[in-house]
Order: sequence, then structure tokens, then C-alpha cells
Amino acid sequence: MSATSTQVGELARRSLVRTLRQPASIIPSLLFPLVFLALNSGGLGSATRIPDFPTDSYLAFFIAAPFVQAALFATMGAGTDVAKDVQTGFVSRLALTPTRGNALLFGQLAGVLAVSLFSSLTFLVVGLVAGVTFESGLPGMVVIMVLATLIGIALSSIGVMLGMRSGSGEAVQGMFPLFFVFLFLSSLTMPRPLIEQDWFRTIATYNPVSYLLEAIRSLVITGWDGRALALGFGIAIALVAVSVFGASRAVRMRWTRT
Amino acid sequence: MTDTNLGIAVHELHKQFKDGPKAVDGISLAVAPGEIYGFLGPNGAGKSTTVHILTTLLRPDGGYATVQGYDVVKQGAQVRASIGAALQEAALDPMLTGREHMRLQTALQGLPRSTRRPRGNELLERVGLIDAADRRVGSYSGGMKRRLDLALALVHEPRVLFLDEPTTGLDPQSRSDLWREVSRLAREDGVTVFLTTQYLEEADVLADHVGIISRGRIVAEGTPEALKAEIGRPTLEVVPVDPADRQRFADVLARFGPAASSAKPSAVAVLLEDGADALASVIRGIDADSLRMDSFQVHKPTLDDVFLAKTGESFAQGDQGASASSEDESLQPAEAPA
Amino acid sequence: MRRFLDVTGAVAWRTIHHFLTQPSILVPSLLFPLFFFTAFSGALSGVEAIPGFDFPSGYAAFQFAFVMLQASAFGGVFAGFSIAADFESGFTRRLMLASPDRRGILAGYAVAALFRAVVVWVMLIVVALLVGMQIDGGALDLVGLYTLAALVNVTGLLFSAGVATRLRTMQAGPAMQMPVFLLLFLAPVYMPLELLEGWIHTAARLNPMTPLLELSRDFISGQPADLWAYAVVLTMFAVLALWALTGLRRAERAGG
Ligand SMILES: Nc1ncnc2c1ncn2[C@@H]1O[C@H](COP(=O)(O)OP(=O)(O)OP(=O)(O)O)[C@@H](O)[C@H]1O
Ligand SMILES: [Mg+2]
Repeated sequence: MSATSTQVGELARRSLVRTLRQPASIIPSLLFPLVFLALNSGGLGSATRIPDFPTDSYLAFFIAAPFVQAALFATMGAGTDVAKDVQTGFVSRLALTPTRGNALLFGQLAGVLAVSLFSSLTFLVVGLVAGVTFESGLPGMVVIMVLATLIGIALSSIGVMLGMRSGSGEAVQGMFPLFFVFLFLSSLTMPRPLIEQDWFRTIATYNPVSYLLEAIRSLVITGWDGRALALGFGIAIALVAVSVFGASRAVRMRWTRT
Repeated sequence: MTDTNLGIAVHELHKQFKDGPKAVDGISLAVAPGEIYGFLGPNGAGKSTTVHILTTLLRPDGGYATVQGYDVVKQGAQVRASIGAALQEAALDPMLTGREHMRLQTALQGLPRSTRRPRGNELLERVGLIDAADRRVGSYSGGMKRRLDLALALVHEPRVLFLDEPTTGLDPQSRSDLWREVSRLAREDGVTVFLTTQYLEEADVLADHVGIISRGRIVAEGTPEALKAEIGRPTLEVVPVDPADRQRFADVLARFGPAASSAKPSAVAVLLEDGADALASVIRGIDADSLRMDSFQVHKPTLDDVFLAKTGESFAQGDQGASASSEDESLQPAEAPA
Repeated sequence: MRRFLDVTGAVAWRTIHHFLTQPSILVPSLLFPLFFFTAFSGALSGVEAIPGFDFPSGYAAFQFAFVMLQASAFGGVFAGFSIAADFESGFTRRLMLASPDRRGILAGYAVAALFRAVVVWVMLIVVALLVGMQIDGGALDLVGLYTLAALVNVTGLLFSAGVATRLRTMQAGPAMQMPVFLLLFLAPVYMPLELLEGWIHTAARLNPMTPLLELSRDFISGQPADLWAYAVVLTMFAVLALWALTGLRRAERAGG
């Protein structure tokens, strides 16, 4: 193992250990999306009777949401973790070793990746147990996990960036409403063509979150929709590139040493 | 040349924080290899800022410094490879155990895989944490955290060790344990130690050389003995039976030398101009005014006397960071009706 | 009585002052209801096309009734959260030592909770009118609606005050919010009760929030109102008042 992979590996291990030892930080990220799924798929169940609704199971329609929501929680988790490291001086401890700043970033992201795979798997199993048919079958579920993980990494990098720059957990938590707004002003609850208010449809069309949701959704209710997948993966990968770059710069800013 | 090649050499170091004070204002000092240097100063004097510069975590505005012969600005990586540091906030993760910290630190310091575990255990053993190694750091006492921090700093066998206030907040027992370990490192392993402290006694007991820093400047430097000898005169401390007599005591004592500072608020202290020879006259003077004393003590010069002599302030008065503490409005009972 | 009012006034003034001077509290509590209102009514108006959706005043008004109750209930819960915070800072301890009648403290928080609700109501109605929401109810209906909302607000406070006085820490936040959140969202939020199916229909039928929500929808659309829902909210009010007062007594015994 090279020096860098050792560093990343050990820091990933630490990020994971730390997350697993604070159940209070991981349970909500599974529980909230599931509660939300139950309430919305129940409360909006009859929405499938709207003419042209693309599926007759609102649960199948809505199950894309938990994957994105879990990424949101992972973002807050990664951001507050990193902010804590800045505050306690743990970042300085690392900066005094021959470790490279990006090892901390990638270690943190590797921890996110593990948690993200676990929660995606949970949502898939819950979906199957609740009777959702995944039109794209087993391969589609694998693709969903990959996409969900990409989304998790993209958003968590934004969390790392915020945590590193601000060094304050409250500042990171304070961004939660903003993410929340992005999530809600999308095609979260209704297919875009069926949104009747023009202003809302316009916002949802420009909101990248819509396409992330729609890519996952297409694998559940349509099967293999090349256009939806290309948009979803394209946006996810672009987000990963931009946010990892931003996070890496933020780490470098804190990794002050001569 | 050998002197600057090893140990620590600092020349005219400056650091000014944005919208802040001049935290380091032209510091020069030298620490010989294998020596313990005590950097003594009150809160906000600039100790941590100096440590941050010397450990490459902060870039100075001016001046230069070498550690183990490497320039702290231009050769950061070499400096870091030769130093260990336990900074003021023992930056530990409360969720990890002592052993997990060790595992992380040995790996990040690039120790070969096979030596990581034995080295970690050896250090945990040495600082007396082997039994607590599998407990989470969140449950450690202040002293245990400090010791773990020290052990982590030693992982890669550094030749120079920076300890920023390693004993602040420790009980006397933990403090002397730590002193013993630091002395051992210097005496037996020849490690150069740069230690900051707010405790005069600590600098006195532990350090070979002491630098006293106040408001970013070094105001006195030398061995503790030399510094105290420079003051020369012993201090006399008298505690009146009746606190109301303090002024009268002060008047009497003023005849024998300038007023000195005392750790006891009830005491009146004076630097005896003519040394202990004056004691008989002092007693006579007090007796003549028929003043009554609770205690009468003479002690040799301390570093506190040195600090007072150099800065005109008592060490204990100290916070030079001048951070005004604001009253929490919500805690004011004023709005509660009686 | 005079002293009771003194305590009430002091607590209310202080809590309101906090609310108004701390943007981190003020802004979310104003923006969240507005956001829910615009997001729900904006995204979901297609629901009107479902056969059987028979609300006459349009989907915005349908959602408005829900957001009103939600904002009112949470306004109460958040005031309860201040109680927990005050316990943590030690403010309440001193208050209890100083006040002869401790129910005045509770009344003070209730006044603050109402104040908070009124601020949100004003914002909501302004936005609702701006987006052209239809109000078919008459003046009397609106009085009925706001009275109901006020009762829900104070009931929410009493619930969370009962939790706050028992746990006396800010960690109690989720324990206050979660039950209220679930109660609200297990009601017919997005569509009328008749259109809900399966387990959620059962849950909504048993949920005491459902008649309150239906009543407020009747008010806003000017349909004949089924006033027995007032009996439901008054019962909740009475039970939770007992819950809050016994909590207060416990806190007194625990010495604040
Ligand atoms: N990052 C910073 N930005 C602005 N001012 C700072 C910063 N760090 C320290 N200072 C200021 O520089 C001065 C010296 O601080 P420093 O931390 O070096 O003191 P210290 O001797 O270590 O004190 P202490 O005993 O309290 O740790 C203080 O006035 C402090 O307020
Ligand atoms: Mg310091």
C-alpha cells in the first residue's frame, strides 16, 4: 500500500468509526426519509389518479426521494464533523504529519460512501418489501445505488467545504434549510408535466435536483430511459467535480503550513 | 554554526494578526540541542503564536527561525519531520479510543506497518495509558488527555518537542508526572524541548533556560538562577493581624526597599534592599509602631519578582489578550418582578 | 391577580424580545410556513383534477388551512422550546424563586406563543392574497378560523411546556416536535379524507387533528361548519393544560 492510500484508508476508517459511534447522527438519516416516504406515499396515494400520472403506485413514484434526502443528511454530518475537527485543532494535528490535505477529504468521503451504500441498500429493501416493482430489475437497482452514492459524495463535499471554511457546526446546520428548499422546489412530489402552476414548473425545470430524482425514478417506474439517466448522471458527475474541487480548496486553506 | 544547525534559533520574529494585536513583536532566542527551554508568559503574551510559527502552522510576517537547522518557512516539510508537537488544545477526537488515536498517528506519520502497533503500545505504556487504551478519549481526564497528546507527539521519535502549556489545568500529581517525563526525554534521549507555561514554578523547576515573554516581546532571558540572581534581593512578606493595618505596615516596610508583589492578597511585601541583614531593623521598626503580625516570611527572589521588575506588572494580574467578557443579557434577573 | 399579570408580562416580553431580536429564530419561523404554503400549493394543485376532489375554493385555499394550523401548532411548540432553553440557562430557576404564582410563567409563554402565531398569520394572509388565493368564507367564518388557530397554538404550547418542564433541557426539542409533526402529517394534508386510502385513511380518521383541519377548510371556503371540532380542541386544551401544570409542579419540586 502506498503512503497516500494508507492515509486515506486510516482517515476513512476514522470517519466511519466516528459516525457509527454516534447513532444519533446516523439513525435520523435513515429514519426521517423513511417516515417522509410513508407519510407522503400515504397522503398522496390518490395522486396517481390524476390523468397522465406515469405510474399507478405513488410509493414507486416517491421512492426516489429518500436517496436524495439521505445524501442531505450525510452532507450535514460530514460538514459538522469537519467543522469539529477545525475547532478542536484536529486538523492542525493532521497538518503536522506528512499527510496531504486531500487525504482528509477523501477519507471523509470514503466514510460517506460506506454509509451511503448502506442507506441506499436499506431504501431498496424497504421498497421491495413494500411492494415496489423496479422496472429496470436488479441491474437497475445497482445503477440506483451508484447514482445515489455519487449524489452523496457531491453533496457531502459541499458539506466538507462549508465545515472547513466556517469551522462552525452551527454554520453548517444553518445551511440545511437552503438544501431543503432545493429539494422541495423540484419534481419531488409531482412529475414536472403535471405541475400546473407555471412558476413552480419553471423553477423545478431549472433545479438540478429534479433531474437527480427523475433519473432514479425512471429506473423504478419506466425501465431504461437513456435521456433521464444521461441527465441524472451528467448532473451528478458535474456536481461531484465542482464540489470536490471546492472542498479540496477549502481543505488547502485550513491546511496552513509552510 | 553548530549552534544554529541544531536546536532552535529564532531571529527577530514578527507576527501581526489582521485587526489584532502585534502578537509576536521581534522575538529572538536560541535553544541548544537537548535543552529544555521554558517560554513563560501570562495569557495573551504571544506564546502560542510563537509555537505556531515554529511548528510551521503559521507564517511569520518578518524575521526567520530554524528548527533542527531547517528554515520554518522554506523547509516546512523537513521541520515537521523532525518535530513533535502537543498544542494548547489537546486536539483529540472524543469518539476514538487512545489506541485508535495511536493507530491513526503512527500510520499518518508513515511508520512501517509492522512497527506501528509495538511503537504505539510502547508509548501508551510509557505515559501510563496502556490500561485505558481501549477507552474512548471522551471519558479521559484532563491529565490523561495531555499524556496521550504527548505520546502522540513522540510517535516518530522527533528530535525537537514543542509543548504548549502542557500542564495547564492539571492537578499537582499529574503535573509532576509530566515534568518527570519531559525531563527524562531531554536528559536521556537528548530531545530539545520548547515548553510554554504560565506557571513560574514550572519554568523554574523544569527549564534549563527561561525566556519571559510579555506583549509579544522577550523581557528577560537566562537560566532561572541567573535571572533570580539579577534581582538579587530577597522578598519579605508580612501578613498583618488586622487588615486595616496594611497601610501602616507598608509605611514601615517602605524604609527598607521598594514594594514587591505577593501571591497572598492579605500580605504586604517588600524587596529588601540590604538583603537579610535588614531583618533585625525591620522587626524593630514594626515593634516600635506596636503593629501585630500574623506571619513574617523571607523568601529568595522568584521568577515572579523577575517579571515584576522587568514589566512593572505582577505576573498574576495578567490577561494581555484583553478579552472583555460580555454579560449574558438573558441571565439578568432584572426583568423578573420581585 | 396583579402579580400574576406582572409575571406574565415579564415572561412574555422577554420571550417576544428574544424572538424579534434573533434573526436565526425569527427568519425560519416566518419563512417555513410561507415556504410550505407556496411549495405545497405550487407543486400539487394538479390534485384538483382527481375525481372526487370537491373542495370549492381551489387548492391554494385547501393548503392554506393546513399551513395555518401547522404554523400555529409549531409556534406553540417553539415557545415551549424557549422554556427548555430557559431551564438550561438557569433563567427559569430565578424566575420561579421570584414569582409568587408560577402559573403566571406559563401564561407568559402562552402570550409569547400567540404573538408569534399572529406574526406568521399576517405574513401568510398577505402572501396568500398576493398569489390570488380564493377566500369564500365570510367575516364570521374567519373569526372562527383564527379562533381555532389560536386554540391550536396554545394547545401546542401546553404540550411542549409539559415536555419542557419534565425534561428541562434543550435536548427535548425532538420530543416536542416529533409528536406534533406526526399528528399534523397523519391528517388529510394533501387531499380530503375521502381520497385517502389504506392505513393512512385509518390513521387520519382517528387523528384528532383531522376534524380541526376539516373545520378550518370549511371556514375558509364558507361551507357550513361542523362546530363540534371545537369540542375536540377544547378537550385537548384541557388535558394538555393539566399536563403542563403538573409538569410545572414537578419542575418546582426539582428546584427549577
Ligand atoms: N488567530 C488570531 N487572530 C487574531 N488575534 C489572535 C489570533 N491568535 C491569537 N491572537 C491574539 O494574539 C495575542 C497572542 O495570543 P497567543 O495565543 O499567542 O497568546 P498565549 O501567550 O498563547 O496566551 P494563552 O496563555 O492564553 O494561551 C493575543 O492578544 C491574542 O488575542
Ligand atoms: Mg496559548
